Order: sequence, then C-alpha cells, then structure tokens
Amino acid sequence: MSFEKELQNWEKKVKESEKKVPPRNVPFTTISDMELPLLSTPKDLDEIGFDYLKDLGFPGEYPYTRGVQSNMYRGKLWTMRQFAGFSSPAETNKRFKLLLAQGQTGLSTAFDMPTLMGYDADSPKGQGEVGKCGVSISSIEDMEELFVGIPLGEVTTSMTINGPAIVILAMYFALAEKNGVPKEKIRGTLQNDILKEYIAQKEWLFPIRPAVALVTDTIEFGTEHYPNWNTVSISGYHIREAGATAVQELAFTLADGLGYVEECMKRGMDIDEFAPRLSFFFDIHNDFFEEIAKFRAARRIWAKLMREKYKAKNPKSWMLRTHAQTAGVSLTAQQPFNNIVRVAIQALAGVLGGVNSLHTNSMDETLALPTDEAVMIALRTQQIIAEETGVAHVADPLGGSYFIESLTHRVEKEAMDYINKIYEMGGIVEAVEKGYPQAEIANSAYRFQRQMETNDKVMVGVNKYKTIEAKRTMDTLYIDRSVEKKQADKVKALRARRDNAKWQSSIDQVKKDAEAGKNMMPSIIEAVKNYATLQEVCDTLRGVYGIYRDVGSF
Amino acid sequence: MSEKKDQSKIRVLIAKPGLDGHDRGAKVIARALRDAGFEVIYTGLHQTPEMIVRAAIDEDVQVIGMSILSGAHNVLVPEVISNVKKAGMKDVLYLVGGIIPEEDIDGLRKMGVQMVFTPGASLNEIIDYINKHAPQRK
Repeated sequence: MSFEKELQNWEKKVKESEKKVPPRNVPFTTISDMELPLLSTPKDLDEIGFDYLKDLGFPGEYPYTRGVQSNMYRGKLWTMRQFAGFSSPAETNKRFKLLLAQGQTGLSTAFDMPTLMGYDADSPKGQGEVGKCGVSISSIEDMEELFVGIPLGEVTTSMTINGPAIVILAMYFALAEKNGVPKEKIRGTLQNDILKEYIAQKEWLFPIRPAVALVTDTIEFGTEHYPNWNTVSISGYHIREAGATAVQELAFTLADGLGYVEECMKRGMDIDEFAPRLSFFFDIHNDFFEEIAKFRAARRIWAKLMREKYKAKNPKSWMLRTHAQTAGVSLTAQQPFNNIVRVAIQALAGVLGGVNSLHTNSMDETLALPTDEAVMIALRTQQIIAEETGVAHVADPLGGSYFIESLTHRVEKEAMDYINKIYEMGGIVEAVEKGYPQAEIANSAYRFQRQMETNDKVMVGVNKYKTIEAKRTMDTLYIDRSVEKKQADKVKALRARRDNAKWQSSIDQVKKDAEAGKNMMPSIIEAVKNYATLQEVCDTLRGVYGIYRDVGSF
Repeated sequence: MSEKKDQSKIRVLIAKPGLDGHDRGAKVIARALRDAGFEVIYTGLHQTPEMIVRAAIDEDVQVIGMSILSGAHNVLVPEVISNVKKAGMKDVLYLVGGIIPEEDIDGLRKMGVQMVFTPGASLNEIIDYINKHAPQRK
C-alpha cells in the first residue's frame, strides 16, 4: 500500500471515530493562534521541500537550526543567570553573593525605574520608585558598592538597561579599570536595545535617531576596546510580554537586530568585527512546541540573513546566541504555587530550543519582587532540568520531528513576511516611527484578552479552575521608603564632595561631543570617573538631543 | 481627544502615573472600555500627578483609572486624589489597576480608591463595575 493511500485510510478512520467522540469544543491553535494539525507526516516535510543539510545541518554548523555549539550542553550547560536587583546597591550585592554561592554562574542586574529613565535617586521625578523594581544607581560610587567583593574579571555580568545604557556601561568599564581588571577579561552583556523600548518596554529618554546612534557608539567602542563584552542584547522578551505573538516577537526582534547591523555598516564598520558580539534575548511562553520552533527558526533566519544578505564571512557573525527568560505574563497571582510548574515547562522548552543562557521566573513575581526562597526554587528548577532529566545529554532531540520541522518552517516563513514588510517600509527605524510594530502588538494583546473573556484561551486559576482563596498567602519582599532617602542623601553628599572644576570640564566635554556627533563613549567614561551622576550626563544629552514623548494611542 | 462631549457617555480617564512603562494593561483596558461605549481618554506614559489632574479637569471625567505596576502606588495615588480634590472636582470614581500587594489594598481604599483590580480581573468585571458605580454628571 502506498503512503498516500494509508494516510487517506487513516483520515477516514479519524472522521468516523469523531462521529462517536467529537473533538473537544476548543480551538486547536497555539497560544499565538496558529492552527495546528492533528498529525504531521513525511508528507508535510515534502510539501515544504525539507532538506536536511540546507534546513538543519549539524549542531554548531550553518544554519545553526540545531544549536550553536557542536556538542551542545555536553560541553557547557546553558548559563543559569537569575535577574536580581532591588533596594540599595549593598542589598543587591548581598543577593548577588547568595546566588553565586548557590551555584549560579553569571550575574544579572535589574535597575530601578529612576535609573532606567536616567534620573538620580534624589530627583522628584522618581519619587516612590527608588529601589522598587531594581537597584538604584546614581553614580560610580553606587556601582562600586554594587560589585564590592565580586571579581569582575571572573564573573560575567549582565545589565538590563537601555535609555541611559551608555552611562551605566561607562561606569562599569571605569570601575573595572579602577580595580585593575584587563579589558579583555571583562565579560558580560549590556541590554542596550533602544528600538524595543519604543516598540514595547517604553523606557526611553531621547528621540529615536540619536538614541540609536548612542547604541551604535557603544558597539563601535566595545568592538575596539572590550573584545569579550556583548554591547547589545537584542530583546524580544519585552515585545512578547507587551502582547506580541511568537511570530511577532521573533520578527520584530530580528528586525531590531538588523537595524543595528545596518547602522554599524553605515559607519563603515566591518560586519565580521561587530556581529559576533551581538546577542539576543527571547521570552519563553507557555506554548511548548511553538516556543521550541521559535528558537530554532530564530537561529536559521539570522544565519541566513547575516551570510546571504549582509555577506558576513565569519561563522561567529552567523550565530544567534540567546539568553531566554520564562514568561512573566504567564504567571498568575491566583494559586501562585502553580507558577512553579509553568516555569518548569517553559524552561524545558527553552532548553529543548537550545538557548545559551536562561532565567527562570520566581513563583511570586506577579505579586512583588521575589523572595530568597522563591528565587532558590526557580534556580533549582534549572538544575533539575540540567542534571536530573537527561535532556541536556542530547543535542536538539526534537530535530527531524515532522511536526517540529513543519512548525519551525512556518514560524520562519511568517516572521520573514513581517521582516520583508519592514524592509519595504524603509527599515525598522521608519517602521517604529510610523508606530507599525506598536500597533500590531496592541492588536494581539487585545485579541488575547478578548479570548480570555470567552475562555478560548485558558489560564488555570484565573478564568478556569478557580478556587476560593480567602487571602493570597505568600510572604513577599517589601522595599521600604528609607532606601529612597538613603540613596538620595548619598548622591547629594557626592555632589558636595567632588572636585567641581574637573566635573564641570568633563560635563562640558560630553556636551561638545554630543553636539559634534562624536562617539560618546570616551567623554562619558571620563565624566563618570569625575563623579558626574547618571542624571547629569543624561540631562546634558537631553539638552542636545531633546526628549521623546508617548503619543498615547490605544 | 474628543472635541465634542457626548453627554450620554461615561467619561473615563486611563492614566499612567510615574516612570513605569508597562502599558499593555492600560491600553487593553482603554480599548475595552471604548468598545463598551465609554468615552475614554488615555494619558499616555510617564505622567506626573499634576499632568493627570490637569487632564481630569480638562476632560471633566467621572472616572480616573490609574495603572501602576512599578510599586509606586502608595506615593502616586494619594497625590493624584488629593490634587483632584484640591482642584474642586467632586464625585470622581477612583480605580487602580496593576501589581498591588494584598496588604496595600486597604490603604488605597482609605485614600479614596473604590476598587483595585489586580492581574486576572476580567474586562467585563471592570466594565460592570464602572457602569454600576460611575457618578452621574449633569
């Protein structure tokens, strides 16, 4: 019997059996509304013209669908990197040391809202927000306190900041220099992805074009002086959390990355000099297979574009290396212990998708910043996946599955449709100025919420399987307002104490360089060494570039 | 913002006070309320309490919904409410949405917030609440 005939027989049997047991009355779609087949077969692979060497290749080889390392997690497990930061630098420093002592292998810093928006701890703009969502950093003194006792040449540090990223990076480099750490030993990642701020996260300082130029400055400077530092982490996480579908997350993130590549090339930089240091950051949502397909498609698209369209020759330029974090939006305040299960499943999808670094959310993050205990469970979840389940022994174990390969192909195709549309609009900067990705995401977010109302989408404990809970009973972390006063007093004292003549001339230099359109990194490093505060540098730049305002469309 | 006020519609201001950039919830709510027949004004991000009070007065709203996910609610909410009252606006329904710890809810109620909607609140629940509790305007 031929395959075709067998398939038709089976399809007939399915129809018959469905007369007796009809399909459940739910949409058989992914969380992003992709229709799913009941079964995938070799026929699906024939239809997409699946070619092993062209579409998959081997792990560590072009187009990296199966992962960027040849022996995947046998050589090195993914980096377990829990995002931490709250209150004062001293408090965060304690959390860092706790995580390192528990086997975490990299640090990841969360900053508070005033820092993220380029305001010092004593600014009236930041009232009530100092130390709340992350650590408060106003000057190089705070930076020193944050990393005291941590050998900067031995850990890798990630810093999640965007609008004023260049100033924070200047403080970090200046601190490492002061501690005598050689430049090539400085390893880590600055998020520094301003395009996704306009698209999704909305923590911007300046208008889009000068902001993108600052990112390009850091890439240029980093490439020349800090060969092991990732100057940009091109981030889909926030795009997804703002409501994008998996395909939108992938497409807009890669489009942002292409935007930076093009800006650097416009400055005459060699793609093979800077592209190897570009890194990515994606979300891992609940839809297990869709997420695995997304990571596989991400690596394939990036490799193809870098090699074929942008003519990169260094294989390191083709590789998409990515950090990933489980989905904050999937967590529920209701029955919060269920979140441990969600996080475990999402983390597993990330690992099966071949991520290089992972943050697992804590079960209490929808209520407040995580407690030590909750953070520990989240970290242990990764360790259980890595060392108990056996999944890390095999490279890309789902590769070749009819379903996974068809889905990977489809995610790739739909993401490329978006990317091509953005090319047609003149590139990502133009698309963002027109509000295109923003509107697409808002539509998806609204559709999802509507589907929640009709139970077409289910969140256990929220719109289904609700239990009557007297009170949410979980200890949460509380940040009191004394941090605000302490941090404000500290920065005021610094301003009174520093050498004012040196400070003034270095701030003047920042202004001059900004007006002249020079690379801003050298003058900002000099300014922070002379104790210019975060806000002083940002205000100087705001004076030259202007500010960006939200249009408030919905 | 609308030029002509439709008197039959309940007027709602959705506001994002402070530096917090999480606007997914605010935008979804704004759109859902508009679809439910309310007149919705959305402030956009990064509003100071003064800017919100100004918008509330200019638009003569009956409902002010503040969306805060940054933890700054105990500072920003009372500032908005006291300034609206100082400006002489009475009969306003104050709502808060976002990440609000359980133990802070009573405090917000004492400040004058009638209802706090935390993650998982349904759109219909919010729409019904406003329909039932929005003050009448003549």
